[in-house]
Amino acid sequence: MTDQISLQQRRIERVEMRGIVKRFPGVLANDHIDFEVRAGEIHALLGENGAGKTTLMNILYGLYRPDQGQIAINGQVVAIHSPANAIRLGIGMIHQHFMLVPTLSVVENVALGLPSSRGFLLDLDVVTERIRHLSQTYGLKVDPAAMVWQLAVGEQQRVEILKALYRGADLLILDEPTAVLTPQEVEELFTTLRRMAREGHALIFISHKLHEVLSISDRVTVLRDGRVVKTLPTAEATREDLARLMVGREVLLRVERPPVKLGDPVLRLEDLWADSDKGVPALRGVSLQVRSGEILGIAGVSGNGQRELAEVIAGLRPPTQGRIIIAGVDTTGWSPERLLKHGLAYIPEERMRDGVIRDFSVEENLILKNHTDRPYASGIFMNFGKIAEYADNLIANFDIRTPSRDTPLKNLSGGNIQKMVLARELSREPRVLIAAQPTRGVDISATEYIHRQLVAQRAKGTATLLISEDLDEILNLSDRIAVMYEGQIVGIVDQHEATVEQLGLMMAGAHRT
Amino acid sequence: MHQRVARDAKPRMLMESLLGALTPLFATLTALLVGAAMLLILGANPLEAYSAMLRGAFGSTNAVADTLVKATPLLFVGVGICIAFRGGVLNIGGEGQLVAGAVAATTVALALPQWPGWAIIPLCLIVGFLAGALWGGIAGALKAYLNVNEILSTIMLNMIAVQGMNFLLRGPLMDPVQIESGSFIPQTARFSTTTDLPRLVPTRLHAGAALAVILAILIYIFLWRTTIGYRIRAVGLNPDASRAAGINVKRYMMLSLVLSGALAGLGGAVQVLGLHHRMFTDGSATGFTGGAGFNGIVAALFGKLHPLGTIPASVLFGALLVGANQMQRAVQVPSSFITALNGLVVVFVVGSDILSRRRARRRESLPSAEVPALDVQPEAEV
Repeated sequence: MTDQISLQQRRIERVEMRGIVKRFPGVLANDHIDFEVRAGEIHALLGENGAGKTTLMNILYGLYRPDQGQIAINGQVVAIHSPANAIRLGIGMIHQHFMLVPTLSVVENVALGLPSSRGFLLDLDVVTERIRHLSQTYGLKVDPAAMVWQLAVGEQQRVEILKALYRGADLLILDEPTAVLTPQEVEELFTTLRRMAREGHALIFISHKLHEVLSISDRVTVLRDGRVVKTLPTAEATREDLARLMVGREVLLRVERPPVKLGDPVLRLEDLWADSDKGVPALRGVSLQVRSGEILGIAGVSGNGQRELAEVIAGLRPPTQGRIIIAGVDTTGWSPERLLKHGLAYIPEERMRDGVIRDFSVEENLILKNHTDRPYASGIFMNFGKIAEYADNLIANFDIRTPSRDTPLKNLSGGNIQKMVLARELSREPRVLIAAQPTRGVDISATEYIHRQLVAQRAKGTATLLISEDLDEILNLSDRIAVMYEGQIVGIVDQHEATVEQLGLMMAGAHRT
Repeated sequence: MHQRVARDAKPRMLMESLLGALTPLFATLTALLVGAAMLLILGANPLEAYSAMLRGAFGSTNAVADTLVKATPLLFVGVGICIAFRGGVLNIGGEGQLVAGAVAATTVALALPQWPGWAIIPLCLIVGFLAGALWGGIAGALKAYLNVNEILSTIMLNMIAVQGMNFLLRGPLMDPVQIESGSFIPQTARFSTTTDLPRLVPTRLHAGAALAVILAILIYIFLWRTTIGYRIRAVGLNPDASRAAGINVKRYMMLSLVLSGALAGLGGAVQVLGLHHRMFTDGSATGFTGGAGFNGIVAALFGKLHPLGTIPASVLFGALLVGANQMQRAVQVPSSFITALNGLVVVFVVGSDILSRRRARRRESLPSAEVPALDVQPEAEV
């Protein structure tokens, strides 16, 4: 304990994790990991889902205790038993999901849990002053008096960073901080992070996005299957190198999109309006069309009507106005059952809620949309022989990694669950495919696979509406890109004419064409 | 990586399902142990008491027959409960559905005394089945189309069924002999013997027990081998995904309540045709059902909501009910002890189920072999 008190006076110069081992039942999450971060550097921790990044950082932040290994700060071995402990040592962590109280103001959130300088009386004015000072030093624009629920996601993230800085964090761990931001917000965040590094902070940046790692970090440590594959200066790394280190084999980062002869418009939306769950209009007059053999990307910051758009087309949410025409037939108001018989496939954004039945087996999930069709059923009786054949076929063709077709779906990884959904939807040879966030939370090899399948489906003449918050994905796959903002399409651009900057501006509602 | 999972998973899963099957048994034994402590406090010898109980339930052909007779309505209700709970609706209306089925069968049996057995028995059973279906269906329709909580509606329908029964048995259906003699006991006349269900052995055991077992098997096949059963289970596990997959969620929710009620209604018809040969009331539902509408739910939970598991579970509860009477006589404990013992079993079984489910959830939330860490909150450690 005395070590830690003396440490408090000194800033963190160097944090070392040596030989860290962490086992969970049935898996070795961290296997003798050595990791080091120094003041003034941004150190990226790169790896696929399940590589052990978050486990390692949770150990550093005191959420888990390592089975073996030690942590040393400025050369002194320390024991970190809890986040409170970590904070006292000068370590802060920004989680993927923010830990803020929405009904309180920014100041109140920052002051929450800290002793007041006035004993039982609040000292919010003092806190406000310090927040102002911190925001100026690091370029973190936040109004201290604003209520958190009124803030955009990017601003909430800044509050989280302020909270950590306010608590004296010298080392800041950021767990996939860009996942929720627009390209412009990402740029702002990066500016802040660079400034913090200049001020002598140490930063750990967890990510699986290669271009971000390349643009922000000074050094990269790549993890795979719980082990450190390599630590190298970012300047010496290329995108391809990092991808190979991360996955353990060559990865195609860009999918080849061979030219396809476009057919007739298969999906047409005419002045479509719909309400959100809260009963306010979420879609405000969307009109667009997707032709056979075309992928139309819908870009936008989440919450601008993309979810409602997908649900309305899939028959899960009634439109309040407008028409949906699929293959020349007005399908407005059709039930999901009729729509899927008419050739509509749907990869829902929230796959665990809307896409799969987690307690059903892989096989039962694969048959979810055609279990009444011949030959999988005769009359009301299911034909398990044929279903097993069908399931085994899809498991092989779509590379679904599962111990068997009888395994409960919930035992599969996110990427494999998504491959299962893809297999189910694409195997029905759809005319129209709605793919909402098809690779969210999916690792890079599964993402690569899913992208290839979507492009292959395009070659077969399916009209695809691709809704994604990942601009790379949109740019990589789409033939045309529509940007949604506040329930409207603010512009549609051809893929080869689109730039990230232009799309980013449109996503922020700044630019209408 | 997934190769390793495949090898590890098999024996572990086997162990777990074995453990899962034995858990309710351990819970019952624990309940009996606590019961033993209560017996000691009451000044009775627990060993003597429990051996009397065992004798009472299984000691003779008659005892076994009585146990099975008691188990029969539990099984009818319990199998129905399996359907409802698998479909994601909580049917607490077994009592009312039993009564509805019994009253309907009684009315038909009394109205057609001349009909031969081969015609009247199936007719009564079908009418009981339909009456139960209607009683469950009301709650189902309210749930599906007006979003009325089915727990409340089924409980309230229990009351309505009981008052309907009281009205009929004190009025139109009352035994004419009772009216003539002026004793006005609220019961019907004995049905024509043509309606009696055949006896299986020369005891009180009637063919209804066999019918219940056959139905349990059929419902098992229905739930796991047919597209309708598949849809019911899908809707019960995830209504959102079911809807997105084109399943009419409301229709299948309603169907599961209809079928659940129908089985209980059939159970009610079997009770009057096989056992009582008349209908009677003491003013409450329990007076006629013996609480089978509620105990059937417990039997179904005990059987892990599996129709085949519900068969032994029903026999166990039947034995508990029959054996308890013998125990009461043997060691002279107050009858409320028997109720308490029953309650103990229920508490321990339901509690063990909650505990083992929580254990499973915790194991699941910890990274399994294929899905390491991610953003697991350290729930297990604090």
